[in-house]
Amino acid sequence: MTGQLLLHAALGAPLLGCLGLAAAPRRAADAVAPAVGVAVAGISLAALIGVAVVAVPQGTDRQQAVTDLAWAPALDLRWHLGVDGLSLPFALLTALLVFCCSVYTLRVRPDGGRLRAFVAVVLLVDVGMLGTFLARDLLLFFLFFEVVLVLMWFVIAWWGDPHDRASRTSAATTFLLYTVLGSAVMLVGLLVVHAQTGTFDMVELAARGGEGIGRGAQLVAALAIVGGLAVKVPVWPLHSWLPDAHAKAPTVGSVLLAGVLLKMGSYGLVRVAVPIVPDGVAIMAPVLGGLGVIGIVYGALACLAQRDLKRLVAYSSVGHMGFVVLGVASLTEAGLNGSVFAGVAHGIITGLLFFLAGAIKDRHGTSELAALGGGLYARLPRLGALLTFGAIASLGLPGLAGFWGELLALAGAFRPAELLDRPYFLALLAVALGGLVLTAWYLLDVVRRVCQGDAPGGSEVTGIGDVTPHEVASWGPLVALTLLLGVWPGLVLIVVDPAVQALIAGAGP
Amino acid sequence: MILAPLIVLVPFAAAVAGLAVGRNRIAAARIAVAGAGITLAVTITTAVAVWAGEPVLDVWATVPTGWLPITVATRADGLGVTLAVMVATVAFAVQVYSTSYMRPEPRYGSFAALVSLFTTAMLLVVLADDLIVLLVGWEVMGVCSALLIGQHWERPEARAAAVKAFVVTRLGDVGMLAGILVLADQGGSFRISALQASATASPALSTGLVLLLCGVAGKSAQVPLHVWLPDAMVGPTPVSALIHAATMVAAGVFLVARLHTVFLLSAAALAVLAVIAAVTMVLAALAALAQDDYKRVLAWSTSSQLAYMLGALAVGGYSAGLFHLLSHAAFKALLFLGAGAIAHAVGTTLLSGMGGLRRSMPLTFLVSSLGLAALAALPPLSGFFSKESVLSAAEEAAVHGGPLPPWAAWLVLLAGLLTVLLTAAYATRAWLLAFAGPTRSAAAVAHDPPRAMRIAVVLLAVPTAVLGLLAFAPSLVARMLDPGVSVAADPPGPTIDVLPALLSLLLVGTGALVTCAQWLRRGGRDPALALGDVAPLLTAGLGVDRIYDAVFVRPSRALSRLVVAGDRDVVHAYVRGTGRVVRAFGAVPHAAQAGRVQQYVTAALAFVVVLAAVGAGASR
Repeated sequence: MTGQLLLHAALGAPLLGCLGLAAAPRRAADAVAPAVGVAVAGISLAALIGVAVVAVPQGTDRQQAVTDLAWAPALDLRWHLGVDGLSLPFALLTALLVFCCSVYTLRVRPDGGRLRAFVAVVLLVDVGMLGTFLARDLLLFFLFFEVVLVLMWFVIAWWGDPHDRASRTSAATTFLLYTVLGSAVMLVGLLVVHAQTGTFDMVELAARGGEGIGRGAQLVAALAIVGGLAVKVPVWPLHSWLPDAHAKAPTVGSVLLAGVLLKMGSYGLVRVAVPIVPDGVAIMAPVLGGLGVIGIVYGALACLAQRDLKRLVAYSSVGHMGFVVLGVASLTEAGLNGSVFAGVAHGIITGLLFFLAGAIKDRHGTSELAALGGGLYARLPRLGALLTFGAIASLGLPGLAGFWGELLALAGAFRPAELLDRPYFLALLAVALGGLVLTAWYLLDVVRRVCQGDAPGGSEVTGIGDVTPHEVASWGPLVALTLLLGVWPGLVLIVVDPAVQALIAGAGP
Repeated sequence: MILAPLIVLVPFAAAVAGLAVGRNRIAAARIAVAGAGITLAVTITTAVAVWAGEPVLDVWATVPTGWLPITVATRADGLGVTLAVMVATVAFAVQVYSTSYMRPEPRYGSFAALVSLFTTAMLLVVLADDLIVLLVGWEVMGVCSALLIGQHWERPEARAAAVKAFVVTRLGDVGMLAGILVLADQGGSFRISALQASATASPALSTGLVLLLCGVAGKSAQVPLHVWLPDAMVGPTPVSALIHAATMVAAGVFLVARLHTVFLLSAAALAVLAVIAAVTMVLAALAALAQDDYKRVLAWSTSSQLAYMLGALAVGGYSAGLFHLLSHAAFKALLFLGAGAIAHAVGTTLLSGMGGLRRSMPLTFLVSSLGLAALAALPPLSGFFSKESVLSAAEEAAVHGGPLPPWAAWLVLLAGLLTVLLTAAYATRAWLLAFAGPTRSAAAVAHDPPRAMRIAVVLLAVPTAVLGLLAFAPSLVARMLDPGVSVAADPPGPTIDVLPALLSLLLVGTGALVTCAQWLRRGGRDPALALGDVAPLLTAGLGVDRIYDAVFVRPSRALSRLVVAGDRDVVHAYVRGTGRVVRAFGAVPHAAQAGRVQQYVTAALAFVVVLAAVGAGASR
C-alpha cells in the first residue's frame, strides 16, 4: 500500500504542480514557477526513492507497488502501474534529471520568457516520462510516450536557440513528425499483439513469452514495435532528427531529450519487444546489432568533424546508444543488463555534458568550436575541468559510469544468445571496439580544442564568471553519480539483474 | 588483510584532498608528500609481512553482471607487494622532487593531485586479482598520463602528445579488453587466480593472450604501438620519471609477469612476445643513437629496456625480467630526475645546449654517470646484473630449450647482445655531450638543484648502485617475486652465466670506445655525426609516425568529413522527402508551415488527452 501511494505521489506531484501553475494568476505564477518546479520535482524524486526503499528489499524481479484499475474498457485501456528492477533505474534517472533541471532553472531562465508555461510543460513532460517507465499496460505506455513527444515540441520551438528562430522551429517539427510517425508504427505493432492475445497487460504478455502469437504475427509486431522504437533510440539510420533537435533545444530540453527520451526507446525495446514478441525479435536481432554497431562508428566519425559543441554532444549519443542497441540485440542477460546500465550512465553523463555545453554557450554566446577558441582552462578553469571530466566519463573510462554498460554490451556480443550467429556477433564486437578508439579520439580532441589551446577568439561575454554555486548544486548530483556508479556498478546491477533474469526466463525458449 | 586496500586508498585520499585545496600550493604540497610518504610506509609494512609470511588473497565485493561476476579482490603476493614498494618509492621521490621542481608552476595543485591519482591506479594494477579491476587501474593510469603530458597545454606539441598518448594506448587497450573477454570466457572467471588455476593449453588461450599483448605493447611502448612515448617527453620531467620510465610503462611487463604461468602454456603467444621484444629492443636503441633531446634519448632507451624485460619473460626468465624491471625503475627514474636538474639549471633538455656540466653540477654529474653506467650495464651497478640475468635466461632457452620455439629464443638473445652494443654507444654519447668537454655558455652558471631535488636523486641513486647485489641472493629474489600461485616448481631466482656476461662486457666496451673515439676525432662534437645521412631517419624513429598518419589518422579524418556531409545531404534527405510526401497526401495540409505548426501540435496534444477521456466516457 505504501508503495502504491508513493508511486502515485511521484506521478501526481508534478501533475498537480503543473495544474496549479496553470490555474494561478499569471504574474504571481511567473514569480514562483521555478520554486514550485524545484519543490514538486523534489517531492517526486523523494517519493520514488521511497518506492525504491520499499520495493527493492522485496525483490526486484517482480512487479511491486502495482495498481491495476479499468480506465477505458471500450479501448481496453487500464490504469496499470508498477515498478520492478528494470523500471526503477530509469524512473529514478528521470526524477533526478528533472530535479537537476528545475534547480538549474531557478537561476538560468530559458530564452523566450513565459516562465510559468516553461515550468508547467517540463513538469508535464516529467509525468509523461515517469508514466512511460511505470506503465504496465501497453496502451497506457503508448499514451504517456506520446504526451512526452508532443510536449517536447513546445520546449524546442518556444524556448530553443534564440539566435535562429526558423531553424529551431524546423528542428522541433522534424523531431515531432519523425518521432510521432515512429510511435504510430509502434502502435500498429501493439495492436497486432492485442489482436492476437486480447490483452494489453505487459506483465501477463511477458510471462507468456510470445505464446499465442503466431510466428508471422510476431515478426510483423516486432518489426513495427522495434522499428517504431528505433526512431526514438535512435538506431542508425533513423537518427537524423536528433542532432538538430538536441542542438537547438534549450539546455534543459537537451538534457531531458538526451538523458531521458532516448531511454524511453531503449527501455521499450527491453520491456516490450524482447519479452512480448521474442521470436520476432530474434529474427531481427542480427540486423539490430549490425545497425547498432554502425551507429557506434558513424556517431564517432560524425563527432570527429563537428564544428559545434552542442551538435557534437548530440551526435555522441548516436554512438553511445549504439552500445545500448548492441546489448539488446545480443538477447543475453549480460547484454540486456548492459543496455540498461549504458542507458542510465548515458543519461547521467550526457545530461552533464549538455549542462556544460549550455553553460559554455550562455557565457560565450556561441557553441561553435572555432568561435569559442581554446583556453577554457585559463578563462574558466573549473568549467574546463568539469568538461574534461565529462569527456573522460563519456569515452567510457573504466572506473567511471560510462564503462560498465559498454563492457556488458560487449560481453553480450561476445557470447550472444544460442540462437544467434556467434561469428557474426564477434565481427560486430570487433567493429564496436574500433568505435571505442574513435570515441576516445574525438572526446580528447574536444578537450584539446576547447579546454586547452591558445587559439584567440573565445571570450566570456556575460560576466557570469566560472562555475556558480547554483550550477554546482544542479550538476553536483550528476558528477557524484558518475563517480559512484563508476566505482560501484553493483548499485545498479544488483537491482537490474534479477529483473532481466526474470524477463529472459519468460522469453526463453 | 586490511593493509592491501589501504595501499590504494591512501594515495586516493591524497588525490581527492589535493584537488579540494585547489590553488593553495603549500597545502597541496604537504598533502602530496604526506600522502606519498604514508603510502610508502604502509606498502613497506605490508611487503615485509608478505615476504616473511604467505601471500594474502582477499575478496571485498562481488558484482553480478549476468555473465561472469566481477570480483573486487586484492592479491598481496610477493610480485604484487614488491612492485608496490617500487611504485611507492619512486612516487615518493617524485613528489618530494616536484615540490621544488614544479615551484614556479601556477597549476602545481592539480599536478600533484593527478600524480597521487596515478599512484592509486598503478597500485591498484599491481594488487588486483581480477582482470576487470586491473583494467580500471590500467585505464585510469592512462588518462592521468595523458592529462599530465598535457600539463603545459599552452604548447601545441604538449596538446598533440597528450591526445596521441591516450589514443595509441587505447588502440592497444581495446585489443586487451577483447583478450580479457576471451580469457575469462575460456577460464570461466575474471579472477586472475582462477584463470591461473584452470588454464590449459588451447588455441583460445593463445588467442586471448596474444590479444592481451596488444595492451602490453601499447602501455609498454613496444613496436608497433611505441610511437607515443618519445612525444610524451614534453610532459614535466618528474612525470617522465615516474610514469614514463619507472611505473606505468612497466605495467605491461607486470601484466605478462602476473599471468606468466598462463603464458608458459602458449608457445605461440611467447613467440609473438619474443618477436615484439626483439624488434623493439633494436629499433628503439637505434632511434636513441642520434637524438639531440636528452629526454628523448632516455625515452627511446626506456622502450628498448622494457623490451629486455618482455624478452626475458618470453624466454621463461621470470625472475630475470622482473629483476631488470626493478633496477631499470631505479636507474631510469634517477636519470630523468637528473635530466630535470639539468633542465632546471640550464633551461633546456637539448644535448647541444649542455656540455661541461661535470664542473658546475658535480652531484648531478655523479648520479647521472651512475645512472648511465647502470643503463650501459657496467659492473658492479644494478643494470649490469639484471641485464646479464636476462641474457643468461635467453641463452639458456636458446641453447637448452625453453617454453618457446628455439628460433624465437635465439632472436631475443641476438637482439639482446646487439642492443648491449647500441646501448653502450648512446649512453656514452649522452654522457660525453652533457658532462664532458668545454663548458658552454648557458652551462657556465649552472648549479646543482635545491635540497628537495637533491634528496630525491640520492634516494634513487642508492638502489641504482646496490640493487645488483640481489643477484648474489637468488633465493631471496625468488621469494620477493613469488607469484603467489602454487606451481610444481617455483620460478628460480636470477642466474648469471659467464659466457654471455663476458661477451656483453666486450660489447659494452666496444660501443663505449667507438663512441669515445668518434668524439675525440671530432674534437668534442657529436659522435652521432658519424652516422651521416642515416641519423635523421633514426631520429624520426624510422618514420613509423608517418605510416600511422597515412593508414589511420588521415583516412579517419576523411571518412568523418564524408559522414558529416552524407548525414546532411543523404540520410536527412529522406526525412525532408517524407515531409513532402506527407504534405502531398494532404494529411497535414499547410500544417507544417511555420506559423501554423503550433496549432497542429496543440491539436495533437489535445487529441491524445481527449482520446483517453472519450474512451473513458464511452465505456460507461
